[in-house]
Amino acid sequence: MRMIRTTLAAGLGLVAGVALWEGYKAVGDPQGTEILGVRLLPRASDAAMPHVLDILERFGRAELTGGDPIWTVVLAACLFTLRNVAVGFAAGGLVGLLLAVLMQRFRLAERGLLPYVILSQTVPLIALAPVIAGWGGRLQLGAYPWQPWMSVSVIAAYLAFFPVAVGALRGLQSPAPIAEELMRSYAAGWWRTLWKLRLPASTPYLFPALRLAGASAVVGAVVGEISTGTRGGIGRLIIEYSREATSDPAKVYTAMIGAALLGLAVAGVVALAELLLTRRTVVTS
Amino acid sequence: MTAPAVELTGVNKIFNQGRPGEVTALTGVDLTIARGEFIALIGPSGCGKSTLLRLVADLIAPSSGTVTVAGKPARKARLDQEYGIAFQQAGLFEWRTVRRNVELPLELRGQGRRERRARAEEMLELVGLADFARHYPAQLSGGMQQRVAIARALAVHPPLLLMDEPFGALDEMTRERLQDELLRICGTTGTSTIFVTHSIPEAVYLADRVVVMSPRPGRITGIVPIDLGERTETTRQSPGFFTGITKVRAALRGTEAAVGAER
Amino acid sequence: MSVLVDRTVAADPAGPARGRSRTAEGFKGLALVVLPPVVVAVAGLGAWEAIVTVGRVAPFVLPAPSAIWEQFTLSLDTIIRTGTASGTNALVGLVLGTIVALLAAMAAGRFRFLAEVSVPVAAALNALPIIALAPILNNMFSATSNIPRRLVVAIVVFFPVFINALRGLREVDPTHRDLMDSYAAGGWTFTRLVRLPGALPFVFTGLRQASSLAVIAAVVSEYFGGLQDGLGSRITSAAANTAYPRAWAFVLGACVLGLVFYLIALLLERVATPWRTR
Repeated sequence: MRMIRTTLAAGLGLVAGVALWEGYKAVGDPQGTEILGVRLLPRASDAAMPHVLDILERFGRAELTGGDPIWTVVLAACLFTLRNVAVGFAAGGLVGLLLAVLMQRFRLAERGLLPYVILSQTVPLIALAPVIAGWGGRLQLGAYPWQPWMSVSVIAAYLAFFPVAVGALRGLQSPAPIAEELMRSYAAGWWRTLWKLRLPASTPYLFPALRLAGASAVVGAVVGEISTGTRGGIGRLIIEYSREATSDPAKVYTAMIGAALLGLAVAGVVALAELLLTRRTVVTS
Repeated sequence: MTAPAVELTGVNKIFNQGRPGEVTALTGVDLTIARGEFIALIGPSGCGKSTLLRLVADLIAPSSGTVTVAGKPARKARLDQEYGIAFQQAGLFEWRTVRRNVELPLELRGQGRRERRARAEEMLELVGLADFARHYPAQLSGGMQQRVAIARALAVHPPLLLMDEPFGALDEMTRERLQDELLRICGTTGTSTIFVTHSIPEAVYLADRVVVMSPRPGRITGIVPIDLGERTETTRQSPGFFTGITKVRAALRGTEAAVGAER
Repeated sequence: MSVLVDRTVAADPAGPARGRSRTAEGFKGLALVVLPPVVVAVAGLGAWEAIVTVGRVAPFVLPAPSAIWEQFTLSLDTIIRTGTASGTNALVGLVLGTIVALLAAMAAGRFRFLAEVSVPVAAALNALPIIALAPILNNMFSATSNIPRRLVVAIVVFFPVFINALRGLREVDPTHRDLMDSYAAGGWTFTRLVRLPGALPFVFTGLRQASSLAVIAAVVSEYFGGLQDGLGSRITSAAANTAYPRAWAFVLGACVLGLVFYLIALLLERVATPWRTR
């Protein structure tokens, strides 16, 4: 019921967005509106803001003359990026969870590390992306050469770890002192308290954190692909297509929509996992 | 100006009337409270004592019957701020200092800054918190917060004070001290009071009359007059006090017996 | 990007640490709070320096802290100049996004229908890689305009401020509502005396998260083309020229900028909500 309402609302928002877009195209100045010498309103020309229908129609035509239809290219790029997102999300989530458990277990670790976990979010370390890109093709991991996509996943993982670390720590610390004392009275050790009490209690904090981590991993992967110049992903496609904006304005929007759908898909997968997992805990507990 | 402080005649309150989940919260309530009188409302959970208080405060409207406060309809009395109210939660604005919390009702009456401030300080003096005027609520203990809430309720010098279990969340020692303080304040200001409580000793110690209520449907089943005279340090050990407690307990047990008979 | 929603609301990333610090009192308490992070920092930097020098790690993997610091002092003028450009973009976008978000939250707080529609839309918006809008905005305005980057910042900032402000506006203590009813105070008086001050802590939680996001968005959106006068462009060009220590030095500059924004937001929060500090 709530799901239907949410979908309906999101659909309504989309319609409003399209109406706004076409409405502005109808009344806006094709060259944009300048106030005091600064262009404050965007160009409404077809080259800058193509019609929504043109964009949709562009999905069906070939990428280049004689090539594959563009929707297959965009889809393939999204799947490529999805792999980077998945690897980064998994790695970042794991690191975040382990950090949270470590910080919960040792007060001293929390004191020493938490400031840096928080600091890591206030500073744009994602700016390191171009530097990490330099690892491509030059670093060896044992017998395996460092692949460019790994750089992308590292960046995605970096962005994904923070919400998980903070959210999981809050969740692990959430049980009331009485509940902890109850476990103590059962002579349950730290591990059993973790499994029976802390982890189940952390789910209401963990899943919102994972949802954010998913969104962050997508941003990380897209930005990572752009700054590392990794070919094959949707981020790279956005940059390539935006260079053709003057001759083929609708093209870049197809890639943008692809990236948006990718973000929604990842959010949907995390939400689905939450639904399945929390339902199971409800049944078993 | 001889109108009683509060007068309820034939008051019924039904929640969710005509819908599933219809609940008769109060039925056939008649009650007259004289000026300067202290009334305690007591009864088991669900007997409608809070509902009764909220009807007098015009926070909810009766389904039938009339509620008058100081000779005016309850709504008019609320708009004229004829009463001050305190709840179980102190409900202080945590973003205002203690003094500015007490000033709130005066501010809403459009009183000038200087006048407000003087009155608030006077009220804080009355509840013994003059030194805490500049503190924020979060810096005070629960009992102190409740005293600020009482000072806020009294700030407009209302002829009527409505209190919904204001000491319910406090420890016994703080409770007894605040009870004495409340009696002293009501005595000096001549305020009429309706005081909702779960505690029999509290009701007997505070009230001139204890109104006993019973649930399903909520109604008044008895009124126990208490005559302890001036409350002193020995009142809580006096035979009269225990007699009052016994009487109220008997009245309450009567309601339990009635409920048992219904089943 | 990373803004915890719902109960986590990273509700307050600084929360746990601060909560603890209050219980630990006196000099010993202070030492317990300050010492561990300092020890971690010194040990971390020392280990980093040692590994890079002894292990002869190539600078493209990880330059030594000393090399980064050297570049940082050498390029300080450029870092300040480009940092100012990025900082201005971040600030303008932050202010713009915050104002729009607050207005939207007030509208959504007023009309139930608007809230029901806007929350899922905002959540969906937050799942999108907004930064990737940069190239499109560059086309819509022009590649020599500051506006695209500032718009990206504003859109990124919108979500945390909007969601937090809306929650603050909607969460009203029932006792406060009864109290204001008993004063016959409704409408604007209620909003002014109860809703707005009650929402303030939430707004600042959102603003604190948004302040860091603003800097990140301002720097990173330069990777997507457009005007190249900020820190982001320097990082990419240094990395492209394999001048890795210099790239790290500019990243360090971006870190300092992010920290400045965060600390200013924190300071504003302390000043605007004095009842929450003691």
